[in-house]
Amino acid sequence: MAEIVIIGAGPAGISAAELLVANGLKPILIDEGTRAGGQGYRRPADDLPLDMTKLMGSEAGRYVALHKRFAALRSQIDYRPQTLVWAIDGQRLHLLRDGRAETLDCDSLLIASGAMDRIAPFPGWTTPGVFTLGGAQVALKDQGCLIGSRVAFLGSSPLLTLAAKQYRAMGAEIAVIADTTPFSTKLAAMPALLGAPRTLLRGLSYMAAALRAGIPMLHGVTPVAVEGDGRVEALVLRDGSGRERRFPCDAIALGYGLKPETQLADLAGAAFAYDPDFRLFLPKIDGFGRARPGLYLAGDGVRIGGADAAEASGALAAHAILADLGRAQDIAMIRPLARRVARLRDFQRGLARAFAWPREQIAALPDSVTLCRCESVTIGEVRTAMAKALGPVEVNRVKAMTRCGMGRCQGRVCGPALQEIVAAGTGQGGEAAGRLRGQAPVKPIALAAAEEPA
Amino acid sequence: MERSQAQFRRVAHRSGPPITLSFDGVPIRATTGDSVLAALLENGALARRLEFGAEPRAGFCLMGACQDCWVWSAAGGRIRACTTPVSEGMQLFAEPQGMAGAHG
Amino acid sequence: MSTQTTDVAIVGGGLIGAWTAFFLARRGQRVTLIEKGVVGEQSSGVNFGNLRLQGRFPGQYPLSLRSQALWEDFDALIGEDCEFEQTGHLYLAYDEEEHAKLEGYAKVSESYGLAIERVSPADLRRRWPWLSERAVAATFSARDATANPRLATPAVARAAARQGAIIRENTRVTAVDREGDGFALTLADGSRISCGALVNCAGAWALEIAERFNETAPVFPAGPPQFVTEPFPYRIEPSVQAIDGSVIFRQIPRGNIILAGYPRTAADPQANRAPVPPAKTLAAMRALARVAPMLAQCHVIRVWSGIEAYLPDMIPVIGRSGTTPGLFHAFGFCGHGFQIGPGVGLSLSEMILDGETPTPLEPFAITRFRSAATVSEKFRKEFD
Repeated sequence: MAEIVIIGAGPAGISAAELLVANGLKPILIDEGTRAGGQGYRRPADDLPLDMTKLMGSEAGRYVALHKRFAALRSQIDYRPQTLVWAIDGQRLHLLRDGRAETLDCDSLLIASGAMDRIAPFPGWTTPGVFTLGGAQVALKDQGCLIGSRVAFLGSSPLLTLAAKQYRAMGAEIAVIADTTPFSTKLAAMPALLGAPRTLLRGLSYMAAALRAGIPMLHGVTPVAVEGDGRVEALVLRDGSGRERRFPCDAIALGYGLKPETQLADLAGAAFAYDPDFRLFLPKIDGFGRARPGLYLAGDGVRIGGADAAEASGALAAHAILADLGRAQDIAMIRPLARRVARLRDFQRGLARAFAWPREQIAALPDSVTLCRCESVTIGEVRTAMAKALGPVEVNRVKAMTRCGMGRCQGRVCGPALQEIVAAGTGQGGEAAGRLRGQAPVKPIALAAAEEPA
Repeated sequence: MERSQAQFRRVAHRSGPPITLSFDGVPIRATTGDSVLAALLENGALARRLEFGAEPRAGFCLMGACQDCWVWSAAGGRIRACTTPVSEGMQLFAEPQGMAGAHG
Repeated sequence: MSTQTTDVAIVGGGLIGAWTAFFLARRGQRVTLIEKGVVGEQSSGVNFGNLRLQGRFPGQYPLSLRSQALWEDFDALIGEDCEFEQTGHLYLAYDEEEHAKLEGYAKVSESYGLAIERVSPADLRRRWPWLSERAVAATFSARDATANPRLATPAVARAAARQGAIIRENTRVTAVDREGDGFALTLADGSRISCGALVNCAGAWALEIAERFNETAPVFPAGPPQFVTEPFPYRIEPSVQAIDGSVIFRQIPRGNIILAGYPRTAADPQANRAPVPPAKTLAAMRALARVAPMLAQCHVIRVWSGIEAYLPDMIPVIGRSGTTPGLFHAFGFCGHGFQIGPGVGLSLSEMILDGETPTPLEPFAITRFRSAATVSEKFRKEFD
């Protein structure tokens, strides 16, 4: 019997597991966390009395449904929570569970590892009280806490207004919603957003709600600095007309959209290609999410697309697994899934224009700004090293020269900004700047984890 | 140690058993189910001091990705605060204890 | 197509090539260093960073001691920092057989003038209390040191460039031909370089040139799997090595601990890949936790390996070609080339410019492979 392993118990992993179970298989579903649902559909603790309907609005129905589906599924799969896959060696997965190393061999591997926020640094961004936009939502859903009492939302993402709305609903003061993409750019991107009209309208309604509530909302801002000694006291930025504005606050939620967490796909041997719309290196996949026979990638962990795309792509990947195991293909089921995934992932290209990754702002940041927060490497140190090099450099060389990307997070946070600093410095573009080479372990593992059982 | 103003503001309260832990010697009250980071930030604005220059940090991504919230434990272990639930009697620190200086 | 003329062409931009270019350029030679990737990218950039004097092949000591003096003068000589630290080196023995081996190494080192301290278990506990108590004996060599391999080669190459050397990165040599008393190199873009002398320090790729001139050596590639931890409070000053090679580690002042250890694993020069089997990483983690139990909760954050060139007798090829005047070889450093890099570069420059070098290099002649190769004891123990 083929051993099918799914890494990630979010919407993509759950949908894949469901389809496999419906076809008589019993996949292993591994998740690093304690509760299934992933990040976007993070399920609050049972004892945390959060009104999820209030928090999730129109998404609440899907959210409840996903968790019901998982509950029904659980006894029919081999579910392994609190298990980290730290290395992949051919068909062998290396796991960490309860602080101990284990191995698991698989025939078919589906990686649905989700995403994290994409971050652009600015002066003071490492000050306590600055958190990622996704983190601001996790604080609320997972811990029942606001990241502060008076919160600024900074970056460029449709989630800025959603998160601000949720925060306001839970009693926070909103200092400002500050989007670095000019409003005119958003308007120009509008035609590209018509592919998902419900989503577009929802986004617009969040913006309208914010305006009605008197929340300052700025577009085309340039972050200038975080003020505060050891903690956030204010956010300073330049507005669209170049005027410096200061917003007293005690927390900042920072985010420029999401980027897939592709470290496991890298270790599993997926090939990567540069996507100029997203300015990211992404795993190469076919229409089913197949990276190669035996390796399948789904959900936000391979292409940002949101929960709907995650569910559909998880199902598609499961279809591919079944096909590769010699089962007949159900074209009638597959076609609509494929269409939905394509449409939703294409929508992200429009979003990427409307909520632009601020590469010019990054390239213009002063030398003193910390680029790698793990190793405390500044943009200036990176620029100096690049100027000293004997020829054009790429990110792995810059990492070797400066330690940028060598810390505990292994470039998860600084990687995209490092790519832009290198691209701007060499003048040779984002693709030539290269991709940080992945290595095990995917997250830090203690020496004690290797201890053999007595 | 002076108790500084909390970073996090709790808006939904768990109903589970209370837990006492300490951070840099100061007792902190939390509830079963809270993450270590939430407990620390409900009581202050610090999780650790960066190894290079002692800059204060208070976590960043809150989802186990950025690795910026590893705190030191008296038990000798290290804890990633945002993905670890509190447990009774934890003694946590922003900096390594009793290890610095004595190198050879 | 264009032809550039130079006095010396050096193929291979690792540490050996960079130092050779530096010394030649400093003496006024026109030098061109050709590297298929970027300088120091291969073995020179991924090695452990030991500048170890203990435990070297006896015939290598003159070269090694000459090199250490150059490392000690690195900042003044090269004008940049490579994080050189005179950490000292500690060899640990865990049984009587290893103790005897330790003593053998110590006597050889002392015969070349190195000061070696024998360290009893009680002294080990007193001086290095973080060590577990299993060692039966140890030797400490205070002059041994470490440096950062990622920084060293690029720094030396830049210094060579400042002396007038031409450094050509991302440049592949596609053909090498005899031209009169010198050589003509054809590059991938079709251009040519004419040179009087040619230095082959192309590491795991060096046989392509050697065999072009009808000589060879039984080079094989292998990788040194390593890992690095997160920063941890700085406690470990010396570079430490169990004499059986199972664990080799050092802690840098920033706090990260770097670990290497035998056996070495597979490396593929054609695909430019050297994977690290996770099972090896786990074994190395166990080994380190046994030797330094205080590190049990220290976290590994990354593994890596690289492509090194080895020879079965575990000593490199250094010196004149056996077939072709004007051709010089320096490759196959068996994972210990970092420390002797500067001395090799200096000696090669002397051979090229003065016809001879005061450093004895006879044991390293490529001609030794004309008869059957001796296989070193180390070879059997240190590979998978």
